[in-house]
Amino acid sequence: MIRRFLLKLIRRRRLEQDLEAELAFHRQMSDQHRNPILLGNATSIKEQGLDLWRFPLLENLGRDLIYAGRGLRRSPAMLVCALFSLGLGIGANTAVFQLLDAVRLRTLPVYKPQELAAVRIVGGDRGMGIHNGEYPELTRPIWHELKNHQEPFSGIFAWRASRVNIGEDSDLRSVRAMWVTGDFFHVMGIQAWSGQLLSAEDEGVCPGSTAVVSYAYWRNELGGAPVGRSTTLLVDGVRTQIVGVTPPHFIGLSIGDRSDIILPLCRPKELRRDIFDVAVMGRLRPGWSLRRASEYLQSLSSGLFQTTVPSGFSSQLTHRYQRFRLGAFSASAGVSLLRKQYDSSLWLLFGITGLVLLIACANLANLLLARASTRDREMAVRSALGASRHRLLGQLVVEGMLLAGVGALLGLALAQVFSRLIIWGLSTEDNSVVLPLAMDWRVLLFTSGIAALTCIAFAVVPAKRAMNAEPASAMKSAARGTTTGHERSYLRRGLVVMQIAVSLTLLVGALLFVRSFRNLVTFDPGMRESGITVAFLAFPRAHIAPDRYKDFQRQLLDDVQSIPGVLNVASTTNVPLLGGSWEHGIRIGSVQGLSKFTWVSPDYFKTMGIRLIAGRNINRSDTSGSQRVAMVNQTFVHRYLSDTNPVGQMLRTDPEPGYPSTLYRIVGVIRDTKYNSLRGETPPMAFAPASQFPDPWPFMSLLIHSNASVTEVLSAVKRTIARKHPGVVVTGGDFQSWIRDGMVGERLMAMLAGLFGLIAALLAMVGLYGVIAYLIASRRPEIGIRIALGATRGQIIGMIMGEAWGLLFTGIVAGTILSLIAGRSASALLFDLKPYDPLTLVVATLGLTAISLIASFIPARRASTIDPTVALRYE
Amino acid sequence: MGKSAQPTLLQGTLDLLILHALQRGALHGYAIAQTIHLLSDEVLRVEEGSLYPALYRLELDGAITAQWGLSENNRKAKYYTITRRGKKLVSDQEAIWNRLSAAVQRVLAR
Repeated sequence: MIRRFLLKLIRRRRLEQDLEAELAFHRQMSDQHRNPILLGNATSIKEQGLDLWRFPLLENLGRDLIYAGRGLRRSPAMLVCALFSLGLGIGANTAVFQLLDAVRLRTLPVYKPQELAAVRIVGGDRGMGIHNGEYPELTRPIWHELKNHQEPFSGIFAWRASRVNIGEDSDLRSVRAMWVTGDFFHVMGIQAWSGQLLSAEDEGVCPGSTAVVSYAYWRNELGGAPVGRSTTLLVDGVRTQIVGVTPPHFIGLSIGDRSDIILPLCRPKELRRDIFDVAVMGRLRPGWSLRRASEYLQSLSSGLFQTTVPSGFSSQLTHRYQRFRLGAFSASAGVSLLRKQYDSSLWLLFGITGLVLLIACANLANLLLARASTRDREMAVRSALGASRHRLLGQLVVEGMLLAGVGALLGLALAQVFSRLIIWGLSTEDNSVVLPLAMDWRVLLFTSGIAALTCIAFAVVPAKRAMNAEPASAMKSAARGTTTGHERSYLRRGLVVMQIAVSLTLLVGALLFVRSFRNLVTFDPGMRESGITVAFLAFPRAHIAPDRYKDFQRQLLDDVQSIPGVLNVASTTNVPLLGGSWEHGIRIGSVQGLSKFTWVSPDYFKTMGIRLIAGRNINRSDTSGSQRVAMVNQTFVHRYLSDTNPVGQMLRTDPEPGYPSTLYRIVGVIRDTKYNSLRGETPPMAFAPASQFPDPWPFMSLLIHSNASVTEVLSAVKRTIARKHPGVVVTGGDFQSWIRDGMVGERLMAMLAGLFGLIAALLAMVGLYGVIAYLIASRRPEIGIRIALGATRGQIIGMIMGEAWGLLFTGIVAGTILSLIAGRSASALLFDLKPYDPLTLVVATLGLTAISLIASFIPARRASTIDPTVALRYE
Repeated sequence: MGKSAQPTLLQGTLDLLILHALQRGALHGYAIAQTIHLLSDEVLRVEEGSLYPALYRLELDGAITAQWGLSENNRKAKYYTITRRGKKLVSDQEAIWNRLSAAVQRVLAR
């Protein structure tokens, strides 16, 4: 075998000459001896002989490739169309798949991620107690109980994620942080890149004094210098020793955002049973399945929730707490807010790009079919010259593969652009999304698989048919191009109808998402959005005694109010529209229910432009010593007071830890506004004076209305506070742009659905143009005869446009049905818009019709100028 | 085309005949065809179309080797020589052929 291979290699260069010389000699000898030995076909002998000595498969492939390249270059328009379609389709699909893969499918880059399990309350805690941090799943006492009962786990840890401010008060930088208990790195199987990682010894009473940083943070912010005793950071005002660096591949537990600093989870001075601020994860022991671990946790639950029950809740809530059950959930892919928020968007985008790819494939099929019909003659000639079917088919497959290969490469390049666009679309000013978008084999396989399938299918299917035809008849009919291809033309029309239908659906989707985004941006939440600066003031380090918190807060409020340019300022316990929520159970007489509660300073409604409808505002005479009062919104009145006059009625809150049952007199009613988001119904809301807040804390959120820019206001506030009250940390931002940040999902959908909708329409236009042009080409003689017999240009154009109308109409009917069906999957993502919005449908239909008419008018006009003598010359 | 008048070579026997012819010494392609023609009392005619492919195949298999040399009339010609491997092959195939033809004879005799 090897000998043969080597022989072939050595001899191949001289082979052809040798063969010819030998055959010539043979012929000479026969002539000399006048011996007519049967000669046979000399070329065929040569070919046979050569084939023996060469690698026919490989060399044919090479020749086919060159031939295919040449053939494709000869029709550049078709090449550009095909590659454009393929590249866009594959690129869009790959980009979204890449994202889906990164956000949803890929496992954490740690040791045996499939063994990781998260411990959570089955069904969640349904808004009980106080929630703190990004993944508030369990309380500290529950974690301590779990730590003592960790049979199913070889290691278990608690963690929380939030942001910290790094640096001096004058120059704070907000950085994502994670707090973990001692077993964290051991359970995750992570080794230090440099220095050492945290262990159980680092745990202690708050605040901690050690931390490790991510590789990226170490490189970019710490200059990549080796960590040592002098490597420290000021974390939330506490000097912290950096003891090590995590490896580059480590991204923490949450996909989409990287924790740059990891601190030990310290023990707060008081372990509150009503604060949910940690999540718990463990590595299952060998032999323990998720199910078995869940059963174990279930059996543990009753006792566990009995011993950790917070005191001070109403008996109803206490009872609900005691009925909680724990379960183990797979955590192999980590956790992700991104996943929670954009899961459905990403899947929908995947569907959309799938449809774009479908249209692209239909285009490609159309182009290849058109090409096949013009090549009937070529195929016939080649098969008449003795090319085997095998060879012809091989040639077409190679051509398809070449197209697919180049298209896939283009798609991969475009995918990088698209996925960066999507990430850019998801990122906000101060929260950039970090996703590992490595080209892995899955993405590659996915992409090239789609490309190859499309091309081969549509290169070979028409070819097979062509090959079954007799060469002689094929050559005759190909010359005229009138009788063949009925079947193919049906296929092509079907493809175009499908394209029109799908692109109508995509256009409808695009319009829906764009309009939905516009609705969201222009939506009036019932309060002022622009010109509002949000400022967070924190003074735990200002050495204020807790009983003076309220006075100090009033002082801070007055100081900010006195800044020139500040029109109004108010404090609030919950900044609206930014996602926070605060709820209490209430009773009014015999009516029982839930209401949002916010404690605000008197100027709150003036600052936010919220109109008073009845009664009075909260004012300075409502003090901690006077009667507890509250204002409610219209929904509250409607739901709990059956629209009777609410002023003067009493409401009682249910007890919660730190918030004993309190009786409030309703003194005023405000107009309905949105609560913590633009989406969703307005809930019943109540507002009480900040002076009567039962649980003072060393923090304050301010809403500042000013005509000056947010940056100016914020820096003025920082300057003033720093001068008067050193030790108070001020952070903040623009209210409106934070609200807009909450719309990134909608913005992304509008952007991408719009983009893909346009692409789809463009591709459909190319497809329609191709089919009409092909129809005209195959009917040239007919049109020529018609013109010769006296048909006017208008009649010819009318005839062809009639054909186009037929296709368009069928496509639009099918597309309307399709969009109504598909619209339902998008309804959850739409804001203030029904998926079967007639206006949208009409606009999309009109748009597509216009595009299609242009696409068919161009070739129709050209057809009307056919010169009958030229067209009929071939007949 | 009068093919039926000419006894055609049985599949596989051409290799045997070529190797047999070469046992007498190195020959070029035309001489091989002639030898077979003469030795068969002018019954068998080897076509170029099957001769050369067979030669190349045998060469690739290592049963024969080829070398350019001068022919009896001073022309460049390619001479084929049987190898040790070829000699073994010829004796094996002869035995097979003998058994086969004897069997065919026996069948036809009854």
